Amino acid sequence: MALTQADVLAGLKEIVEEVAGIPAASIELDKNFSDDLEVDSLSMVEVVVASEERFGVKIPDDQVTELKTVGDAVNFIVKASA
Amino acid sequence: MSAQRRVVVTGLGATTPIGGDASSTWAALLAGNSGARTLTEDWANTIPVNFAARVAVEPSEVMERVELRKLDRSETFALIASREAWKDAGSPEVDNERLGVVIASGIGGVTTLLDQYDVLKEKGARSVSPYTVPMLMPNGPAAHVGLEFKARAGVHTPVSACASGAEAIGYAFEMIRNNRADVIISGGVEAAIHALPMAGFAAMKALSTRSDAPERASRPYDLDRDGFVLGEGGGVLILEEYEHAKARGAKIYCEIAGQGLTSDGFHIAAPDPDGSGVQRAIKFALADAGISTKDVVHLNAHATSTPAGDVAEANALRLALGTDADHVAVSATKSMTGHLLGGAGAIESVFLVKAIQDRMAPPTINIENLDPAVTVDVVRDKPRALPSGDIAALNDSFGFGGHNVVLVFKSVN
Repeated sequence: MALTQADVLAGLKEIVEEVAGIPAASIELDKNFSDDLEVDSLSMVEVVVASEERFGVKIPDDQVTELKTVGDAVNFIVKASA
Repeated sequence: MSAQRRVVVTGLGATTPIGGDASSTWAALLAGNSGARTLTEDWANTIPVNFAARVAVEPSEVMERVELRKLDRSETFALIASREAWKDAGSPEVDNERLGVVIASGIGGVTTLLDQYDVLKEKGARSVSPYTVPMLMPNGPAAHVGLEFKARAGVHTPVSACASGAEAIGYAFEMIRNNRADVIISGGVEAAIHALPMAGFAAMKALSTRSDAPERASRPYDLDRDGFVLGEGGGVLILEEYEHAKARGAKIYCEIAGQGLTSDGFHIAAPDPDGSGVQRAIKFALADAGISTKDVVHLNAHATSTPAGDVAEANALRLALGTDADHVAVSATKSMTGHLLGGAGAIESVFLVKAIQDRMAPPTINIENLDPAVTVDVVRDKPRALPSGDIAALNDSFGFGGHNVVLVFKSVN
């Protein structure tokens, strides 16, 4: 069953908070991982691997650079889970 | 040529098995407290030695969780001790291009290496942390401190096993003397309390096996010593060019006046029994500092509590200092802290600075029967007052591989 956008956003908030220490409340769909949330390239690898485990999806390395905002990641994961 | 640049100590920091900072560690040292404990980890009972000296204050008590997950334990020790030392130095305003870092480690991020290898085997390559390499590299502690304080004069990590911490301070001393920098954050750290390094040291028969009494196990110069107790933690000193320190009105603890470095060319782990490398290091250090054996009143010995090492060092001290050894108060503080490997020379340098400040030599604990082969004046059980006036004190540090480092600390009036 496909995940909803709300499910994925909630889960992603927890992951980003855990990995990068950013309060979940400040993590919104339009936030850019590197510019707004200061998630650097190494932390982004952790976010991706944790998301794969949590949502049971594959996020290929060549897709990771396309995931610029939280919304990009949420949409990718929702589609991949369908 | 202008007069030689002098190097002084203006800040201290430490996190050790007997205290979470430099002053609490010093107080515990004067009180004769041991930091050795039975380990509670499951693996501890799978190896021949089940005790060690963990830090008194866990990094998680003083650092944020998010910061901790990107740092090897050795890197957390470096940051904790450096932050304290920097604050103690009055958070100096310094040109970043004149600020350096020299922080050593004997083994580097060995717990990260081993833990991530477990992850690799159990969960596969994709689950290995992207921070694995920056966490396990031996220069990681120095690099993280360099980043935090934006040091741009150079960040370095000498590696010479258990002499590393002293070698780092000597390297920093040279950097300031040679006009590469005005302020250096220098010291050494170690975080190697893990089944593999402990099994390795145990296989060499280097560790004490006195499992029934961990606090009594580290006993340098005692007739029944049977090896060292592994410790963890680190120490950091802020070294500063004398005029720079004076100009900003800094508190000046003492001067680092010289160093002597030699190598044995004898054996990968055993000390050279005639101690000629140690004797030469002491002679070079005194000559470099422009002082004589008469000026030396205190020495923090390497003395790890191994049967061969303690006597070889004591013999070398007696030969190098001659009859002047009679007025040198020798302290073996590893009897309380355990052996911090690459952190040892650094915390022991912190102790020397405090000893000069307080005019007090810390005790050596756990000597029930002094080994008659030890012919130096060991400070036993209780601290001993040091003379007033101009004094000098030495730090001996030696490492597997035959590395010998001697540093000279001198009072500044």
